[in-house]
Amino acid sequence: MRYQPMGAKSRAFTNKAVIAAATLASAGAFASPAMAAGTPAGTNIDNVATATWELPSGGESSVDSNVVSLKVDELLDVTVASTDPGDVVTQPGLPSQLLSYRITNAGNGPEKFGLSAIANSGGDQFDPSVTAIFLDTNGNGAFDAGLDTLYSAGANDPQLAPDQSIAVFVLSTIPLLLQDGDRGRVDLAAVAKTGSGDPGDSFAGLGEGGGDAVVGATGADGLDDGYYRVSAASVSFVKAATVADQFGGASQVPGATITYTLTATVAGSGSLANLRVSDSVPAGTTYTPASITLDGAPLSDASDADAGSFNGTGISVGLGTVAAGATRKITFKVKID
Amino acid sequence: MKMYLALLALAAPSAAWAADSVSLTSEVLVEYVKQQADGSSRVVREEPKVVTPGDKLVFLLSYRNGGAQPAGGFVVTNPIPPEVAFSGGESEGAIVSVDGGKSWGPLPSLKVANADGSVRPATPDDVTHIRWSFAQPIEAGRAGQLSFRGVVK
Repeated sequence: MRYQPMGAKSRAFTNKAVIAAATLASAGAFASPAMAAGTPAGTNIDNVATATWELPSGGESSVDSNVVSLKVDELLDVTVASTDPGDVVTQPGLPSQLLSYRITNAGNGPEKFGLSAIANSGGDQFDPSVTAIFLDTNGNGAFDAGLDTLYSAGANDPQLAPDQSIAVFVLSTIPLLLQDGDRGRVDLAAVAKTGSGDPGDSFAGLGEGGGDAVVGATGADGLDDGYYRVSAASVSFVKAATVADQFGGASQVPGATITYTLTATVAGSGSLANLRVSDSVPAGTTYTPASITLDGAPLSDASDADAGSFNGTGISVGLGTVAAGATRKITFKVKID
Repeated sequence: MKMYLALLALAAPSAAWAADSVSLTSEVLVEYVKQQADGSSRVVREEPKVVTPGDKLVFLLSYRNGGAQPAGGFVVTNPIPPEVAFSGGESEGAIVSVDGGKSWGPLPSLKVANADGSVRPATPDDVTHIRWSFAQPIEAGRAGQLSFRGVVK
């Protein structure tokens, strides 16, 4: 406690106190810009109040309170967020398929974070095979093969200042033999190296500035999921036959004509390239020349510019690239021997 | 000469103590909700050793007129530490400043300039100082306590 007797001197002291406080305020504002992560770890919060009063003899007196000083501890907090706008579309068997995440130090001290990718958390149809985690070393938010740094746990754990964030990329190989629409989940986890646990857990002396490190609301570990989604097209065939005999009926007698209809339906997503439909002419029948049609349009039997051909034992129609959802109808005729 | 200086140094504090009248003590407590064994929860205030961002603080200012004379025109001023966001809960009669102590008033009466030059109503976050001005003198021997709340930024 300080005491200042009276008069001009005390007034000067009061003014000084106010000036000192104002300086403190502006210096503090400079040292700790408005950050989501809060007051930097290691900062001291000092509180002093001042009382002034008039003396019966005239003049003014003032007294400062004691200074209460509180040290701000390091709060350990981290958030992880998938930055892919949705499922990352992929195909069975592809390597180096990319998922993107962002890790943010939500605490108030500089902190290193250990990373891990978890592909077997469930909630999906397949487990991607994670092959690498990369750190966005050049900070452009996009994966640059050959430029960004391969992450190695414990060797180059990213160090982030309060509020700083870094993009992290997970590369996986997609398994074979998947269905269209199958999803594979990869969780990226980040854990504060100083420690993690339940909010409020503290690690004595491990905080920035020599104080304790205290686990914040995030538990000092963050995790978010990213998904791959398989886009695969599949084709199904339906074969139907109608018989027309030479007497105007539908009896399977020698001389009757059988019309086969092959319906190819492409399902799933994406498209199928170089789709070709072939069918052999059944034994005991003879192919009716120039009877191939595709979606109602006649095709020639020769292997030529048009899609259809007959090679003596069966017909074949090249459909090219067919998008999912499309249906192609092929017909040809045979005569019962 | 040396001895004279020493005497002066001695004299100054004793003169001060002789005229001692008013004291002001500042305490800062952290307030949190503590789960009780029976499952209920209770608000606990305790003296913090350390704090972390988001901690709720209660500032207590205890004054006492230990002198023989009433202290008139009594004013208590507390600059809000820059690392603390004022959060209300102030004892009755307080006025605040949002401009570093230049102007004062009840919070709803104060305005803050936006970056674009427009003006918005001040919020508790803007408060830089809090002050109580007593209309009545503090009689000799009387004591009291003032308080307000803040949150560690």
